[in-house]
Amino acid sequence: MALVLNEEQRLLKDTAKDFLSSTMPVSELRALRDSGDTHGYKPDHWQAMCELGWSGIVFPEEFGGLDFGYLGLGAIFEQTGRTLAASPLLSTVVLSASLIQLAASEQQKQELLPAIISGELTLALALEEGHHHAPTAIQTQAEKTADGYILNGRKSVVLDASSADKLVVIARTNKDSNGSEGLSAFLVNSQVKGITQHSKQWVDSRSASEIIFENVQLSDADLLGEADQIWPALNIALDRSRICLAAEMLGGALECFERTVAYLKERDQFGQKIGSFQALQHRAAILFTELELAKSVVLDALSAIDDKRPDLPQLASLAKARLNDVFEKVTSEAVQMHGGIGVTDELEIGFFLKRSRVATQLFGNSGFHRDRYATLCGY
Amino acid sequence: MNSADAFRQEVRTWLEENCPPSQRRPIVREEQVWAGRNKTFPNNDAKLWFERMRDRGWTVPDWPQALGGGGLDEQQTRILKEEMKALGCRTPLYDLGIWMLGPAVLEFGTEAQQHEHIPKIARGEIRWCQGYSEPGAGSDLASLQTRAEDCGDHFLVNGTKIWTTNADKADWIFCLVRTDPAAKKQEGISFLLIDMNDPGVTTTPIELISGESEFCQTFFDNVKVPKGNLIGELNKGWSVAKALLKHERKLMSEIGGDTPGPSFGPVQAALEYIGLGEDGKLKDLALRDQLVRHEMNFRAIGLTHFRSFEERMHGLADPNVPLIMKYVGTEETKNKDELLVALLGHQALGWGGAGFNDDEILTTRGWLFSKALSIAGGTSEVQLNIIAKRALELPEHNAQA
Ligand SMILES: Cc1cc2nc3c(=O)[nH]c(=O)nc-3n(C[C@H](O)[C@H](O)[C@H](O)COP(=O)(O)OP(=O)(O)OC[C@H]3O[C@@H](n4cnc5c(N)ncnc54)[C@H](O)[C@@H]3O)c2cc1C
Repeated sequence: MALVLNEEQRLLKDTAKDFLSSTMPVSELRALRDSGDTHGYKPDHWQAMCELGWSGIVFPEEFGGLDFGYLGLGAIFEQTGRTLAASPLLSTVVLSASLIQLAASEQQKQELLPAIISGELTLALALEEGHHHAPTAIQTQAEKTADGYILNGRKSVVLDASSADKLVVIARTNKDSNGSEGLSAFLVNSQVKGITQHSKQWVDSRSASEIIFENVQLSDADLLGEADQIWPALNIALDRSRICLAAEMLGGALECFERTVAYLKERDQFGQKIGSFQALQHRAAILFTELELAKSVVLDALSAIDDKRPDLPQLASLAKARLNDVFEKVTSEAVQMHGGIGVTDELEIGFFLKRSRVATQLFGNSGFHRDRYATLCGY
Repeated sequence: MNSADAFRQEVRTWLEENCPPSQRRPIVREEQVWAGRNKTFPNNDAKLWFERMRDRGWTVPDWPQALGGGGLDEQQTRILKEEMKALGCRTPLYDLGIWMLGPAVLEFGTEAQQHEHIPKIARGEIRWCQGYSEPGAGSDLASLQTRAEDCGDHFLVNGTKIWTTNADKADWIFCLVRTDPAAKKQEGISFLLIDMNDPGVTTTPIELISGESEFCQTFFDNVKVPKGNLIGELNKGWSVAKALLKHERKLMSEIGGDTPGPSFGPVQAALEYIGLGEDGKLKDLALRDQLVRHEMNFRAIGLTHFRSFEERMHGLADPNVPLIMKYVGTEETKNKDELLVALLGHQALGWGGAGFNDDEILTTRGWLFSKALSIAGGTSEVQLNIIAKRALELPEHNAQA
């Protein structure tokens, strides 16, 4: 268990801060939105991030990675949250590549991981089918044929699908199974016949699509790892994603909070700074305590990934539920404490508010994670 | 094996050999060993355990050995606490001298004062109480009025203190008194030690909602106090008081400590008093949600304590983390006690007599007592004021504006 960053990790965090605040400030997300983009991020930005080594940070050196661990990657995610930097870091590197690393055959890993790390290959995980996160409620079917599978189904929200080179599709390969049993993962070229993609506009200006699969022909080689057995790896990949997203949310919440406290010291009403009003002081102080607890939770969860601790699922749920709640509260309070200007598009606070609500829905809202935590603890 | 591991091993072995089994059961109020001139022990095991710990200096493990302490560094102290917790060892000695006065005397006292008071605290020979609050001075402590008049070779003390916990049982009291009525409020205050046996000191108990009367009002009527009992400089008592409050708040922030309470925690209580349905979930889903919120919050607080410790160990201490812990810890404990009452239902609402077991009564009393936690040692509102000012550096309010 490590709840402080070591020197190398702190250095990495500083580098990330410098790069992101100069190259990818919030104004870049605004520009992306205003350009009517559907790609979800700027390819140049992603290339620069890969060149900094961020796409390979958590992978072993044999694949071209840096083997630097999730505490390091988490520090980067926190910084991306501060500037709302849009990239496929979560969808490709954490979500999809984790799954490949955990479940794919040696040959598949050799083919895919180096390409991901170099930035040549981006992936999107097609999992969700409903209005809320429900990773085992899968109706998409991949029916076995003589030389492969036929894929049918609908995925409701696929992060970064419009820009991804390939999709990783979760489907039920055992018709008689339900829940987490009988699920498999397939690597699918997003251009093949039978796939319809509707990329949608989201409040946070990031990208996610609805995808429909109609009699899509897959070969046996498209199966990642073994048939019917993807759940344990998927579960871990999701936990890693929840934790990294929580780190991003922490960065967003801290940034939004700091901007708000600065405003409390700047804005005058009734002949004094609004930050002198106790009604606002106490609310700000409470947010501060919440953020301090949130920092501890995120750090411990990141180190649980690195240390392969058995309580990873609890920590992931703890971190995600907490950051959902804290980010929501901080962004709502930030808007209120700014007064009229808080609800204008001109002020960047609104971007944090919008990102917070999207991030909350991804990989489980707080109710989902409290229920999961309670179940894991036996009650 | 590094030196920390070796120390841990040594501590574990020693505790296993020296802590009697009866002293490894959860503490109940009647069996706490409090310091005092006329110390009593509930039983021989408690006496033995106290004496063994005292002889190692482990009643106050991080104080200097020459003054009766254990001479341990911060990490070793933590290891000792962790090992005691792991074995369930009881705190061998209770006293405000250990928690509050001792650290202040070590920081501000003269060598003579340290040799006079510190060993007695370490050995549990004197029981201390705290005379800060007054009927007119609570949160606004610096407005206190108890007077100490300079009479050449002694001070003459007149006034009254209130909410003095255990004043009727204490041997000595550490007090904030006004020594310069003309100065600005914080600047005319001194820190004085007073023997409760001195003529003119009297106490009357105050009954609490939990049914106990831990509190007293303490009166000083022409009490003569030797000059040597002044800690720190004359009229500089406010700095001593503030340093001591920091220790008090740290103590109060250490949630789940060894204050007496029921033998079960919320999860166990939930399983026992509500039970699981066929789906493996607690039958009352609304309470299940409250329970899991509490458990998750509790874990986050524990992790924050640990983070703060690790940061100090790495020389990266964030001075703002300790600021929040009193507020967070006491609010959490209140929340836990409300939850326990809800989980036990009717069984947590008895006052005594047949029909309620000890744990149930302790739940009720503990819940009522927990209400004091966010008042004593600086109220939650006052803590939030401090966070706003120190951590967030928000401006003072100007009522005239
Ligand atoms: C269990 C317990 C043990 C104690 N033991 C001792 C002891 O041994 N020795 C001792 O000296 N004292 C002791 N105290 C006293 C304790 O320190 C005081 O009760 C505390 O400082 C609050 O003062 P008060 O009771 O006068 O409340 P008040 O200060 O009158 O507060 C009343 C309400 O007003 C609020 N308030 C006050 N000022 C502000 C402000 N500036 N901004 C916002 N809200 C404000 C408070 O938060 C509170 O809600 C003990 C108290 C308790 C409950």
